[in-house]
Amino acid sequence: MSRKHVTCTINGDPAEFLCEEDQSLLDALRDVVGLMGVKEGCATGDCGACSVILDGRLNCSCLVLAPEAEGATIVTVEGMAGPDGLHPLQETFLEGAALQCGICTPGFLVAGKALLDRNPDPTEEEVRYAVAGNLCRCTGYDKIVRSILDAAARMGEAAPAS
Amino acid sequence: MTVTATTTDPQPGYKWVGTRPVRHDGLDKVTGRARYGADLNLPGMLIGAVLRSPHAHARILSIDTSAAEAMEGVRAVVTGADFPMLESGGEGSGEEYYDPLDLCRNVMARDKVLYEGHALAAVAATSRREALAALAAIEVDYEVLPHVLDVSEAMAPDAPILHEDLITEGVEPVPTTPSNVASRYVIDRGDIEKGFAEADVIVEREFVTQPVHQGYIEPHAVVADVGEDGKATVFCSSQGHFMVRAHTAELLGWEPSRVKVIPAEIGGGFGGKTTVYVEPVATRLSQKAGRPVKIVMTRDEVFRATGPTSGCKIRLKVGATRDGRLTAVSGSMAYQAGAFKGSPVSLGCMCAFAPYTIENVFLEGFDVVVNMPKVTAYRAPGAPMASFASETLLDEIAERVGMDPLEFRLHNAAEEGVRSVYGPIHKRIGFRETVEAVRDHPHYSIELGPNQGRGVASGFWFNFGGSSSATVHINEDGTASVLTGSPDIGGSRASMALMAAEELGIDVYDVTPIVSDTESVGYTDVTGGSRVTHATGLAVIDACRKVVADLRARAAMVWDVDVDEVEWVDGRAQHVSGDRAPMTTRDLAADAAGTGGPITASAAVNARGAGAAFSTQVCDVEVDPETGYVKILRYTTAQDAGRAIHPSYVEGQMQGGVAQGIGWALNEEYIFDADGTMENPGFLDYRMPVASDLPMIDTVIVEVPNPGHPYGVRGVGEVGIVPPMAAVANAIHDATGLRLSELPMSPVKVLEAIGANGG
Repeated sequence: MSRKHVTCTINGDPAEFLCEEDQSLLDALRDVVGLMGVKEGCATGDCGACSVILDGRLNCSCLVLAPEAEGATIVTVEGMAGPDGLHPLQETFLEGAALQCGICTPGFLVAGKALLDRNPDPTEEEVRYAVAGNLCRCTGYDKIVRSILDAAARMGEAAPAS
Repeated sequence: MTVTATTTDPQPGYKWVGTRPVRHDGLDKVTGRARYGADLNLPGMLIGAVLRSPHAHARILSIDTSAAEAMEGVRAVVTGADFPMLESGGEGSGEEYYDPLDLCRNVMARDKVLYEGHALAAVAATSRREALAALAAIEVDYEVLPHVLDVSEAMAPDAPILHEDLITEGVEPVPTTPSNVASRYVIDRGDIEKGFAEADVIVEREFVTQPVHQGYIEPHAVVADVGEDGKATVFCSSQGHFMVRAHTAELLGWEPSRVKVIPAEIGGGFGGKTTVYVEPVATRLSQKAGRPVKIVMTRDEVFRATGPTSGCKIRLKVGATRDGRLTAVSGSMAYQAGAFKGSPVSLGCMCAFAPYTIENVFLEGFDVVVNMPKVTAYRAPGAPMASFASETLLDEIAERVGMDPLEFRLHNAAEEGVRSVYGPIHKRIGFRETVEAVRDHPHYSIELGPNQGRGVASGFWFNFGGSSSATVHINEDGTASVLTGSPDIGGSRASMALMAAEELGIDVYDVTPIVSDTESVGYTDVTGGSRVTHATGLAVIDACRKVVADLRARAAMVWDVDVDEVEWVDGRAQHVSGDRAPMTTRDLAADAAGTGGPITASAAVNARGAGAAFSTQVCDVEVDPETGYVKILRYTTAQDAGRAIHPSYVEGQMQGGVAQGIGWALNEEYIFDADGTMENPGFLDYRMPVASDLPMIDTVIVEVPNPGHPYGVRGVGEVGIVPPMAAVANAIHDATGLRLSELPMSPVKVLEAIGANGG
């Protein structure tokens, strides 16, 4: 089968890769690009472990065909920390013990970022519904929800007064 | 924070134990660097896939793999014929129990397939597409047999028989014909006739639960690479890489040392990764192909072929005096074992009433094989379903005698020095303290609204000890590396580092905790039974104490004094006279070559003295009378941790157990069609709780130190899942007046119950 050439932006860098026509973006990111932080829990869009931000929107990368990423901008967990250090969500997840086994963590961090990018001051209920597409079997979500709220507060304090 | 901690020890006196440092493996896990089972790709690696039975029960008449073997890209094909048939054996019923014959037939079916999803062949090819095409080309001729799933039906005389050689153990006279009942287990203490005669109130009910899956988010995954020397390197996620080594070697007919297992990070297990499925298959494929082979299960395969835990039928009868003293319990429990014997029914019998002192007990348990995947350990295996039954009945009997359910529990609470329901004399336990913690918690007195109810329940888990090894190296800069063989399933690296820091007297971030492969540290049992912080912790503490003894001896050598004159205080060697400048770990490490060479010590234990765990929980629900939907409004759990080494991860275990229990209570179940095919093998239809289903889960860590551990540690991983089903059921009763006795208590079942009650 001939492969498709995809040109896109991944975590701020220009990227190119070859993929099968029917390959999922999840498989291409993992096995072709090598971004193993994007996890597969189900491959049917039910667990959110493969969450990426695709052109500003939260997506399960298992439900996107890799060729559809042509021209797209993709953010994965590998793109969350910057030259200044960890993203506040990464900090609060560590401090708040919001991970146990850690397999769902990349998806929750990406989903949390997608939420805070559009709603910097969410309520607890808004957080719970924003990450309702992400399954965690270890934590009972308590510390995850608290850590997302803590990150929002931290980012609000750091932001210049408007 | 609503999180609070209580302690019964007024002077903990620790520097690191009980603090909450950022876990050492945390950075890798929030940046995507951590490598889980599926995250390794090797040059030349093939992709393996497994052919699974479409039938719940069938005889394999023939398997023809010739067409598959001839296909492009296919490099190896295996069937049951590629694995030796092992001898039956093994004993016990704990989390590490297995029968080699059953294990080898579960990993690759031989003459019969015993459940839909049972593996019977596998291929390795240059791509997944080719591997799947090859599976489709394998021709299997089946003789489909009648199947059975329900425990009662499986126990009936005319039931389809899974194993022609299965004779029930534990009954006299020994049966002469095979059945699906693998064994009968009995607890018989005191005189139940006398006990029930003393009772003023007797309640009796039957309970039914369905099989549920552990639901770890990471599917089973392995990369196996057999070299030209015939030795295998296996990279996989599991709850015990020494277990993977032992089972993989045994199933291939090899000595264990021929297999090296490198532990990946584990993406959840909850007991479900305490055995092997694809590891021996990938290894044999790699051996045949001469190439590395990767197998990653799909979620569908995880549901159809791994886990779950038993569904069961339980009938229990409980008697009490009108002043609330339990006089007798009796009943029977029948647990699905899946396709091979080994359900946790005996553990269910032992745990159901373990929080209480009851003199007259008769409980019998039946281990019943049925045509579904062989059950695997799931968090406090056997206890949650049994406690769903017992704790619901206790709620009912407390109501009948007019006592507050917590006061009723305190009235009957097991205490130190009293014989437990399951046999041994209780050591110092903290059950009473967990009940008092819930009683005294503000949650217990919050006013409820219409259609709302409150329920409480308690639970017990033994906690295990077992074999663990540890090695401690003092590095040239005075920092320490702590190597253990326990996979870190939820923060155990941080616990090991905290205990090492406490012993060595150095900063917790100057300790590097490492999960070592099977060739780099001594043998260690699986991460299960809530044993790691206790047993592996004991090995770490022991190794650190050897290092400290060595450091003192070196300081004595430098100072030319007797070692008895050297004390180790706060990470420094001090002379008792105080007239010499203390030497730190860093000082002594820098001069190690001059005082005997590198500083290192190992320790190994077969730990005993694991302190029992108790949990008491309170749940508030709101029941929608129109839809039957049960909303969890509030939840508080109090658990005896003995000593919380890292309180955040103790809380995490408590909260996680509750969340799984709520899923079990309200939503989760295996659903089979008439042919025995699982109808909901995905996360859309096997509905685990998501964030919007749950409230915050408040935790109270009770600390009644375990006398069997130097810091008082008790295992905390499992007991939290024991009470939730009864707590939710009791809350539904408080809200509606209905006693539900079947799980899950889904909206359909709740509505049916409301309707049947004339609601």
